[in-house]
Amino acid sequence: MNNSVVAVRFIDVERHFDEVAAVNGISLEIYEGEFFTLLGPSGSGKTTCLRMIAGFDHPTAGRIELYGRDVTGLPPYERDVHTVFQDYALFPHMTVGENVGYSLMIKKKPKPEIQKRVEEMLELVRLPGLAKRKPTQLSGGQRQRVALARSLIDQPKVLLLDEPLGALDLKLRQQMQIELKNIQKQVGITFVYVTHDQEEALTMSDRLAVFNQGRVEQVGAPTEIYENPATVFAANFVGVSNVIRDGLAQALTGSSQSFTVRPEKIALRQPDAKTSPSECFADGVIREQVYLGMYSRYIVALDLGGDLMAVEQNLGVFSPEMQAECGKRVRAVWDKAHIHMLEAGG
Amino acid sequence: MALSSSTFDHANARKASIGRRFSRYFHRHPRLSILLLLALPLLWLGAVYFGSLGALVLQSFFHYDSYSGHVLPQLTGENYLELLSPSNLSIVLRTTSMAVAVTLASALLAFPLAYYSVRYAKGRTKALLYLAVILPLWSSYIVRVYSWKLILAREGIISWFLAQLGMTQLLENVLKLPGIGGASLSMSMLGMWMVFVYIWLPYMILPIHAALERVPKTLLEASGDLGARPGQTFWKVTLPLALPGVVAGSIFTFSLTLGDFIIPGTIGNSSLFIGQAVLRHQGTAGNIPLAAALTVVPMAVMAVYLVIARRLGAFDAL
Repeated sequence: MNNSVVAVRFIDVERHFDEVAAVNGISLEIYEGEFFTLLGPSGSGKTTCLRMIAGFDHPTAGRIELYGRDVTGLPPYERDVHTVFQDYALFPHMTVGENVGYSLMIKKKPKPEIQKRVEEMLELVRLPGLAKRKPTQLSGGQRQRVALARSLIDQPKVLLLDEPLGALDLKLRQQMQIELKNIQKQVGITFVYVTHDQEEALTMSDRLAVFNQGRVEQVGAPTEIYENPATVFAANFVGVSNVIRDGLAQALTGSSQSFTVRPEKIALRQPDAKTSPSECFADGVIREQVYLGMYSRYIVALDLGGDLMAVEQNLGVFSPEMQAECGKRVRAVWDKAHIHMLEAGG
Repeated sequence: MALSSSTFDHANARKASIGRRFSRYFHRHPRLSILLLLALPLLWLGAVYFGSLGALVLQSFFHYDSYSGHVLPQLTGENYLELLSPSNLSIVLRTTSMAVAVTLASALLAFPLAYYSVRYAKGRTKALLYLAVILPLWSSYIVRVYSWKLILAREGIISWFLAQLGMTQLLENVLKLPGIGGASLSMSMLGMWMVFVYIWLPYMILPIHAALERVPKTLLEASGDLGARPGQTFWKVTLPLALPGVVAGSIFTFSLTLGDFIIPGTIGNSSLFIGQAVLRHQGTAGNIPLAAALTVVPMAVMAVYLVIARRLGAFDAL
């Protein structure tokens, strides 16, 4: 990040529901102006963390700071933070304009000013002239934009987004991902984004935190987490990885420490292909091939035991004969630079 | 054996195909199946309900010959003119004011209770609350009204309780107030108001409860998130969204109070309410047209009330 002002800080935060620890000791720093994603499967504690920043939920132990100010026990209306809800939570009895202007109306701003700001915000989310409509007259994507405009109108310090694109179809979701990112750059507000979709996290985030069972597994830029996952969980949740352990690791690298290799880094060559000293290889038989349009996925049964997944781009014209690749002997080759040692115990 | 079994199967298949042909026919003609679905309720509502309502309105324009006691089917507006006579007008105003007072009190009592039950009560507490609200409806209305007569009587438990607290004088002073006072609580408008509120309260709680139940929790969170304090959230989000429930409840309490003749006949003084007046005119006097005109009054009052509620946006959240 180009500056190091900490917008949100978690200090040893825990949240227990009865006996269950939803958040189990999290310390995090989210910097001003960045697009930060909390990524993890459902029940990993990411949404609870978001709700604790908003003030809907409170930590059982630990502290949460906004711009250095302890907000741990403050109610939502005393925090300069807004939320875009998964179900949008638009007020059904108000028009789009009244929804967008809600926070300014609560602050008792003069009506003409509210009206002017509402128009500006609707312009920003590309819904000009819809102020008089009711939320029920809008499509899902439009409601999403209204919710965004409503949360941005009084320029909060931090915007929280709780799986906001979850209800949209794939095409619209991809379009909104780009748009959200653009809007974030335009307004320069810190975005904290919750999702379980690793692709979404990789496309949009400046940095992301991988959540698992109430803990943070790894924090870093998308490329850092993808190329250099710290744990097996991070390696498999963000993209797919071959995790190689014990005997097989010993045979391939000479050390029994577990490591990962991404499937797209592995090339399948002829069984007698020459390899350079900077490369690693393993021989085997193609056990399975799946055609996925842009690329094909291969499972290679290694002679040393165990399976290896490889992905090859479909550069040629696909023909039924290529299905015959099953059972073929291949040499799987990858550069040693693509090997990532896992932390002990990972 | 083989033959008989095949005959049996054949008959069975034909039977099924008739049923199937029916269902296919209805599938192709959805309007017909809707008509079939609504035939009975439409017949009931159309003929019995609206029919009698129409007959009532029609008769309110008939002429009543006070000498012979006969009703003559000559259209006239004299019954409605008679409603404007001081004695009838005071009946209408008295009843309407009571209905307004009962509705306001019911809404004020019902809302917090329904709100608590929806937002805070869980499991057993919620079930018990619900039961407590509907339990009184299981026992006879008349029995409950008469037991209230005893509770409110001069020698009743309320007087006794206030005496224990040394507050008898306060009760005496309240009962001396013009308009709402009387010889005892059971003979005062104040007492009648209390009984009305008690009797109709469940009809206010249930619709408000249902309306609040339909307000998603995230809307309240969103309001707080956008900077609204709990009080602001209540006035800007909770109440507007629950208003259809309040209006539905008030339609019950308002119209039930307007038409009731048991409570005014049991509690309070001898001044008449609309229900009692209707009973009197159509009973011994046989003046059906005036009774009908009096009955039209609550309907007109309700219509005006609904128009105002609509203007105020009470149904915007529906």
